[in-house]
Amino acid sequence: MNTNPTEVRHHILSVLVENKPGVLARVSGLFARRAFNIYSLAVAPTNDPSVSRISIVVDVESAPLEQITKQLDKLINVLVIEELAPAAAVQRELMIATVVVTTSGHQAFRDTLGTFSAKLLDENADSFIVSLEDTPERLDVFAAFLGSHHLVALERTGRVALPRLS
Amino acid sequence: MKTNGGAALIKSLELEGVEVIFGLPGGAILPVYDPIIDSPIRHILVRHEQGAGHMAEGYAHATGRPGVAMVTSGPAATNIVTPLADAYMDSVPLVVITGQVGTAGIGTDAFQEVDTVGMTRSITKHNELVTRAEDIPRVIREAFHIATTGRPGPVLVDIPKDIVDPTNPNSAMDWYWPDSVDLPGYNPQMEGDPALIEAAARLILASERPVLYAGGGILKARAAEALTALAELLDIPVVTTLMGRGGIPDDHPLCLGMPGMHGNYTAVMSMQESDLLIALGSRFDDRVTGKLAEFAPHAKIIHVDIDPAELGKVRRPDVGITGDCRLVIEELINALKILGTDTQPDRSSWRSTLSGWQEKYPLTYTQSQTGELLKPQFVLEQLRDNTPDDCIVASGVGQHQMWTAQYWKFNHPYTWINSGGLGTMGFAVPAAIGAKVGRPDRMVWAVDGDGCFQMTAQELVTAASERIPVKIAILNNAYLGMVRQWQEMFYEERYSEVFLSPDLPDYKMWAEAMGCVGMRVESPEDVLPAIQRANEIDDRPVVIDFRTDAREKVFPMVPAGKSNSDIVVGE
Repeated sequence: MNTNPTEVRHHILSVLVENKPGVLARVSGLFARRAFNIYSLAVAPTNDPSVSRISIVVDVESAPLEQITKQLDKLINVLVIEELAPAAAVQRELMIATVVVTTSGHQAFRDTLGTFSAKLLDENADSFIVSLEDTPERLDVFAAFLGSHHLVALERTGRVALPRLS
Repeated sequence: MKTNGGAALIKSLELEGVEVIFGLPGGAILPVYDPIIDSPIRHILVRHEQGAGHMAEGYAHATGRPGVAMVTSGPAATNIVTPLADAYMDSVPLVVITGQVGTAGIGTDAFQEVDTVGMTRSITKHNELVTRAEDIPRVIREAFHIATTGRPGPVLVDIPKDIVDPTNPNSAMDWYWPDSVDLPGYNPQMEGDPALIEAAARLILASERPVLYAGGGILKARAAEALTALAELLDIPVVTTLMGRGGIPDDHPLCLGMPGMHGNYTAVMSMQESDLLIALGSRFDDRVTGKLAEFAPHAKIIHVDIDPAELGKVRRPDVGITGDCRLVIEELINALKILGTDTQPDRSSWRSTLSGWQEKYPLTYTQSQTGELLKPQFVLEQLRDNTPDDCIVASGVGQHQMWTAQYWKFNHPYTWINSGGLGTMGFAVPAAIGAKVGRPDRMVWAVDGDGCFQMTAQELVTAASERIPVKIAILNNAYLGMVRQWQEMFYEERYSEVFLSPDLPDYKMWAEAMGCVGMRVESPEDVLPAIQRANEIDDRPVVIDFRTDAREKVFPMVPAGKSNSDIVVGE
């Protein structure tokens, strides 16, 4: 898996769909059939409970992207598709991780969490569960920091994005 | 009014104007078959669910109205997958209703349960599993709307048994019929953008070697008359693709016939040498373009399609217009008239190039010698010349299909029914039956291969018992002919698993066993009398087993992967 989310081939599709059973399968199935890799996916209802927003980060050249966008638009349950240029979008992702830190490093670890504005969600004598919500790039940096310790588990959500105000 | 889901389903179909359902009952759909007894809708009991789907397609091709098929769950649903895929590829309006196990059983691997909507998601325009009886009228209304508007296509509605079973409380509902459909994500664009239409008109007026590239969308949009008017306005030649045959009459002087892998030389080369292709309801299929990088290298492209995803999918257009073919062509004609048609380049050398090709490279074959088997082209010429001009002809898939597309004269739209995109062997017999049900006033012939015939012949039992007098011409060369042709040309004549035997089965006896008139023809002088006899039979199906020469190959041919300019005219 490509782990560099700033790669230029990445495009963000923000797709409003009817909140009905099977809609996510229709959308993801279309990507699978055209052999397009979904880099990340986030889906949840919007403020209107009959409508969900699917944020899809795709790893694709722009010409096939146009085709996949048009194919997506043909799905009856797809309402609106917006392609967000990364520079024109506010993007956020959430990461949680379990890390084992040697006792002598605990204070430095806690200090670094502070500089990232990461949260400490749980801890015991030698392990921490931490979370960070930030841009994908910042999460990459944070993941590298966690990797310098004994990383037991790491999980990232799909990216959510909205267009910038101006 | 209190009702139940099953009665509401049939009532909804009646209100959609359905006159005929092709189907076969079974466990999960049983409750819906009870109210059918009291409905004015005709039900045609097929012998295999695939037959129901292809009959519905044939009906839709011939009438322009949506075909309707209804089958039960599980194996019945899987059996109708092929017609759904076929209709999706060829944009045929279908509504297919499948039974499903009761809502409580869904997901439990119940008897005859399959995930029908999951399985058919990528081969339907839309599908829906209905879970509440009260949704049935709305979903049926939406299904017909989606199937018949925009780019037509198949819609599948999957209905669990409990919501249609009057003995089950889950089926109880109050009857209603929605005044309109509410589909916020579905708004087909019918009218073309006027600025783009004007840009297209300017390109046409400036072009020296224009060709109208008319596809199946012309017929779906009922745009045949508009196409002819556009061609005549500026004397622009027209090629009609496999799905677009009949879009302009074959005997029209501007009609160049069929392009593509087995297209005629002039149609193929007109596209290659054109400086402007005006693609109307066609989709640059690989069978038309040949090697894409070398397809029509000098041509600008105007592409008109109701489906915006077709514009630029294969070849990037210079002007791409989303819209209904008929409306856009009419607007284009208006725009051309406004711009004035008297400042066009001289196209006389283009016209003489085309007519020179037509003269030099006609379709040809060599008539059989005494003692040889029939030439399939000869059979087709005889059939073509001894049936009414508006005869509907259906075909299966393979050599016989290509010869029919080449040799028939389609002088009327909606008279040619075949499986283009999916290439479904066995399509002809059920499609012809569906067409005859929709157009009982027309003579309907199916031209079939012996391989195809064996795949769906059982539907002739349906036709015999329902008194649907279709006529089947089997071009029996005892081979899977098209595969044989490829093995001969590209596999050093190593014939692998293509021999079928000329008389196993005995097609005449088989036809008779199915309640049809069966005939066998082996010599040229018997061809016409057999056709004439078949034409006079109107109370049952007829099958003629024409024994044809297996050595005969379909030409011209653009070998797969080659440029259209490498067209092979013959041996």
